[in-house]
Amino acid sequence: MEVLMHITYLVAAVLFILGLKRLSSPKTARSGNLMGASGMLLAIIATLAFTQILDWTWIIVGLVIGAAIGAFLARWVAMTAMPQMVAVFNAFGGGASALVASAEFLGYLEPGIAAPTFVISLTIVLSVFIGSITFSGSFLAWAKLEGHWERAITYPGGNIVNGLVFLGIIVIGAWIAVMPGVPIEWFIVLAVLALIFGLMFVMPIGGADMPVVVALLNSFSGLAAAATGFVLDNNVLIIAGSLVGASGLILTNIMCRAMNRSLANVLFSAFGAHVEAVGDGDGRPKIAKEINAEDAAVLMSYSNNVVVVPGYGLAVAQAQHQAREMSDLLGEKGVTVKFAVHPVAGRMPGHMNVLLAEANVPYDQLYESDDVNGEMERTDVVLILGANDVVNPDARTKKDSPLYGMPIINADYAKNTIVVKRSLNPGFAGTDNPLFYKDNNRMLFGDAKKVLTALVSELKRM
Amino acid sequence: MEGLDLLFSIYILVLAIFVGFEVITKVPTILHTPLMSGSNAISGITIVGSLVVAGMVADPARTILGVIALIMATINVVGGFMVTDRMLQMFKKKEEREA
Repeated sequence: MEVLMHITYLVAAVLFILGLKRLSSPKTARSGNLMGASGMLLAIIATLAFTQILDWTWIIVGLVIGAAIGAFLARWVAMTAMPQMVAVFNAFGGGASALVASAEFLGYLEPGIAAPTFVISLTIVLSVFIGSITFSGSFLAWAKLEGHWERAITYPGGNIVNGLVFLGIIVIGAWIAVMPGVPIEWFIVLAVLALIFGLMFVMPIGGADMPVVVALLNSFSGLAAAATGFVLDNNVLIIAGSLVGASGLILTNIMCRAMNRSLANVLFSAFGAHVEAVGDGDGRPKIAKEINAEDAAVLMSYSNNVVVVPGYGLAVAQAQHQAREMSDLLGEKGVTVKFAVHPVAGRMPGHMNVLLAEANVPYDQLYESDDVNGEMERTDVVLILGANDVVNPDARTKKDSPLYGMPIINADYAKNTIVVKRSLNPGFAGTDNPLFYKDNNRMLFGDAKKVLTALVSELKRM
Repeated sequence: MEGLDLLFSIYILVLAIFVGFEVITKVPTILHTPLMSGSNAISGITIVGSLVVAGMVADPARTILGVIALIMATINVVGGFMVTDRMLQMFKKKEEREA
């Protein structure tokens, strides 16, 4: 019977690998996700069928409650809130691993049970440590993505305090791993310190870097599951956990590269904690010229090609549907419209693509920065919707700018630019944007949704 | 877990890490968000461990930990796969949208 269980686990593991593989192309992604889900279902069925389950009550209660909450959240979450949702799910996954390892630890304390081996103690400690960090860190990431304590919060010597807490965790963890029979109080101290460390490690990181943190914590929750696999001597946990651990790390790395920053810089530099004053710099006052919706609509409808650069402001205003309507109307007038999506547009890499897909923008109308940058000089109008840092030319030219080196969309090379924005305030990086003051740029102030609605009605009248 | 058993588990760990690296390297940005939530759902595999703990007749403390773990892991798994599917079903090409 045990052989059958392990064969089923093997099939599940293969399904996870194939599923992840298929997630890397838009054509196969949906089937890939279904494969992953089937793998999970198989692993659950095999576990229920082939292990000695003595009491089904709690299993049914747990599965029903968990499935109901999970399905409810998944069904009703707004697409704009997707990064928060992933953070919450991730918190639960990490927390579950830590709790399973804790229950195993308690099991070894019972009288008549042999003390755990070094490997088991060590992996229990690792699972509790990584799982707890994932739990508390992901919840704080959720809060920051929701807009609470959004800026990087730092205090002098913060990194040293974090280092000391980390050292404390290592010492207690090593003690528990090496010496069987350490009092349970110390185990609780370990878990609490790990929870606190999770908070302290996310606290100094700014809101817009949260996606990187969530990707990293996603990788952690995989590692916690893999550690739990060692505790339980269960290979499917080891395989699935390390798959996610490795892929999460790659994804974290890809995201950092899109911002041209190292992971260390994201985690420890308190990016975005300082805000530069707007408008000064070289001393003379800078003037940004305005345009109204009517003129903007005329300018775009008499263009050959328009590139739309959507940013986080579009997502906040929930204006993706209006953006699609405007692009359809321009299309009917013979204007070629492309959406240029920067890798870190929205609140999470790839998030803008999801939002535009929700608004029914076909994905072959979406372009990456490099695809549009080559033809920017021949582009008549670039319409920038609630984006800022990703079109800031300082990233190319100003060496002391926090954005320097980040690949951007070269909107400033286009013949005309229109920036739709609520104010001239700086973006997340806390730095002013010289694009706003260029001669061929016009500001169209207002909330993205209202502005786009106005543009749509102007275009309809023409 | 001792000796050869442990060694085999480490084999599996190392190979799976390499597979994880290889599988993910070439993902277009457009799919990063679904990929993150999909792989996140897979990390809910710890549900298997929580099933074992919750189904044992043990002292109440362990059962409570097991049941809480089971609820959290199930939220992770069910929610994660469902929300990923919800995102992915929206990705359409132009022809598909007009069809």
